[in-house]
Amino acid sequence: MSLLQVNQLQVYYGVICALKGISFEVNEGEIVTLIGANGAGKTTTMQSVVGLIPKRSGQVLFDGHDISTTPCHKIVHLGMTQVPEGRRIFQELTVYENLLMGAYSIKDSSGFKQDIESVYTRFPRLAERKNQIAGTLSGGEQQMLAMGRAIMSHPKLLMLDEPSMGLSPLLVDQVFDIIRDINRDGTTILLVEQNAGKSLAISDRAYVLENGSIVLSGTGEELAASEMVQKAYLGG
Amino acid sequence: MELFLSTLINGLSLGGIYAMIALGYTMVYGIAKMLNFAHGDIIMVGGYVIYVFMAFHNPLLAILIAVIFCVLLGMTIEKIAYKPLRGASPLAVLITAIGVSYLLQSLAQIIFGSANKVVTVYDFGSVTFLGVNVQISALVTLAITVVVMVALTLFVKCTRLGRAMIAVSEDKGAAQLMGINVDGIITITFAIGSALAALAGLFYLLKAPSISSTLGAMPGIKAFTAAVIGGIGSIPGAMLGGLLLGMVECISYKITAIAPYTDAIEFSILIIILLVRPTGFLGKKRREKV
Repeated sequence: MSLLQVNQLQVYYGVICALKGISFEVNEGEIVTLIGANGAGKTTTMQSVVGLIPKRSGQVLFDGHDISTTPCHKIVHLGMTQVPEGRRIFQELTVYENLLMGAYSIKDSSGFKQDIESVYTRFPRLAERKNQIAGTLSGGEQQMLAMGRAIMSHPKLLMLDEPSMGLSPLLVDQVFDIIRDINRDGTTILLVEQNAGKSLAISDRAYVLENGSIVLSGTGEELAASEMVQKAYLGG
Repeated sequence: MELFLSTLINGLSLGGIYAMIALGYTMVYGIAKMLNFAHGDIIMVGGYVIYVFMAFHNPLLAILIAVIFCVLLGMTIEKIAYKPLRGASPLAVLITAIGVSYLLQSLAQIIFGSANKVVTVYDFGSVTFLGVNVQISALVTLAITVVVMVALTLFVKCTRLGRAMIAVSEDKGAAQLMGINVDGIITITFAIGSALAALAGLFYLLKAPSISSTLGAMPGIKAFTAAVIGGIGSIPGAMLGGLLLGMVECISYKITAIAPYTDAIEFSILIIILLVRPTGFLGKKRREKV
């Protein structure tokens, strides 16, 4: 069953057309990746689906709701959240307070202790640094915090925008392992990545975005094997 | 010693008023990223509402109504004048704010006339303390200010709503991804700022029981100066800047040679601070996100 369905989504920045009517879907339990070069429209797709930037036209259905015109904070309450590009953790708050903000949409605070413990188990570094001001964390730790913060809201769909950006190769592997773990624990994942090799390897399905249009789609394996993807994104 | 003590109390009391107004400027700036130049005029509106409802000879009732009226006014101004401009250039918002300021002043003049209105909210009298004659109203002002500041600091630091305000001031997009209603937080910020301005209006009436349509103009600009000196966007900064400016003003008034230049001295401090430390005392350097 499709958890997220995007139909003919168009987004404009002023007169510039950033998304030319793209359609894709994410089924429950899947990891789906959008790959594409800089400026292809990946982040625009992510931000318009979650309601951070306005859609010109098209329809977005999420978990049985039409969220085409729903404001971002209400979409989050429906069970979709995003680890945004550049992490965007709250620099002035502590690690703990950041996680607290992650649980903002959860009205019932009884499960909070358990949730935060499970984040600390998944990301032991965050437990070590829970009272540290988040702005002083390293890039890798900030990515962990951004992911931890996002899963605090129990999303049905977790979107990650370039989670491997700016990280050392060792950390990149770790991030992809964690994404797979989160997925195995029952969260559907929509991933945007420039690191096509690593992301296709963990993806059930993927779409290739070029100049605001989807030009190719298939399973992760199919795309990894396709000549076009190899040439353009895998350096083959 | 006597001079020192009376200057200290008056300075802290005036500084408290400035801090109270500066908090409104700084919180709105921190969260909505706009300079609400109509903020000072809310003080005047608060003063007039107290004046009107003092007809019932119940100061507490008049103050309560003034606070509620100003809160609603602040939220209405935000909704009608500023919200449609979200995303517009900062200059457009600034000009709108100045327009709202003149609108409020003109309305007050139409309704109440241009002559000063006189109203005594409550005469606390004065006490002699260590040989110094101190107005009790100054002490009351100081006490309320301290309580409000402590409460506000705790509110921002320790409540869910307060943390949401910090989150919005830091990154609106990320705050929305937490499920925070940014528009709602902005409205609440305007409400809090306006309530503080209403209290500032009360303090002015306690200091000098006379009110005109321009009552809020100069205090508004002074408090804005205080907010910038302390570091605009920073709550402790607004408190520090307010108290500092209040002290400077009172000390300067006591020195005959420079008393006429008091305003010039205060604004010179602003210029010097901006040259030496553009972010103010407690302001943080922050990357502007594009």
